[in-house]
Amino acid sequence: MDKSTPVLIVDDYKTMLRIIRNLLKQLEIENVEEATDGQEALQKLRTGNFGLVISDWNMAPMTGLDLLKEVRADARLKHTPFIMITAESKTENVVAAKQAGVSNYIVKPFNAETLREKIEKVMVHA
Amino acid sequence: MPDGAQPPPDQARIEQAVRAVLGSMAGDLSATEAALLAELEGLGRTVARAKQEIARLKVEDITESHIPTATDELDAIVDHTAQATNEILDCCEVLEGVAGRIAAEDAEALQGVITRIYEACSFQDITGQRIGKVVTALKAIEGRVASVTGRFLEGRGAPEPVAEETEGRRLAEGPQLPGAGVSQAEIDRLLAEF
Repeated sequence: MDKSTPVLIVDDYKTMLRIIRNLLKQLEIENVEEATDGQEALQKLRTGNFGLVISDWNMAPMTGLDLLKEVRADARLKHTPFIMITAESKTENVVAAKQAGVSNYIVKPFNAETLREKIEKVMVHA
Repeated sequence: MPDGAQPPPDQARIEQAVRAVLGSMAGDLSATEAALLAELEGLGRTVARAKQEIARLKVEDITESHIPTATDELDAIVDHTAQATNEILDCCEVLEGVAGRIAAEDAEALQGVITRIYEACSFQDITGQRIGKVVTALKAIEGRVASVTGRFLEGRGAPEPVAEETEGRRLAEGPQLPGAGVSQAEIDRLLAEF
């Protein structure tokens, strides 16, 4: 993976954004921007040039799943790797995310190794 | 009822109904029938009184004090844990700076510990979401109480507009209880099946 690739992290908990940002920094991924819900993220995605989205699910007004659907429906953004990182751990959620086109799915609480592994996996296929 | 005083509307309706029943009965009332009607009237008064008492049940205490206080306390817990987590993260960031200035072996060990602290700090997100679920449950109870008692209070219980429910919103339930959700390994298996 090109570690200078711009990454957008999306979570409504500021501390979670900070934790993910710091974990990414340990992986030498430092070109990171933040958004606190799906709508803000979509706006940034449409005006920016991100190579990876790491998003929470449970946010308002726009959830992570709804953001994912918007991304996959957008001609310019549809191939952007998208990792869902969420406390939603029902099978139904994983299936819905996969059907919507999620690249990978991490359940919270997660560890740094899982994050590294999933990022590498999705960026190989990007 | 003292002379000249107006009975409450419910009570007046009951008295009117009893009089109507009495007026429609032909012939003399037996002692049993009279006693039955007196009981009926008494029962009607009790129902009317109960309705008034329910209407005065101080629903406001529940909807304006108890539940808002409980939700404020829960919000304060989330704020305090967020502050504490940020303090911990501040410390970690200082330690990461230190790790860059010490021997490689020590730096690696320190970095490993810092990573574990970052991982552990995600508790704040999980607890915040769990508390959010409790707040939602409290608000649902508040709504139900207001709805039941609102039947006895005019002008209350107007339903709030319902927000559009997307699939993402419908499936957003927050953290599952231990054992209820699937593990990361099971998620990986599920994704591999597609």
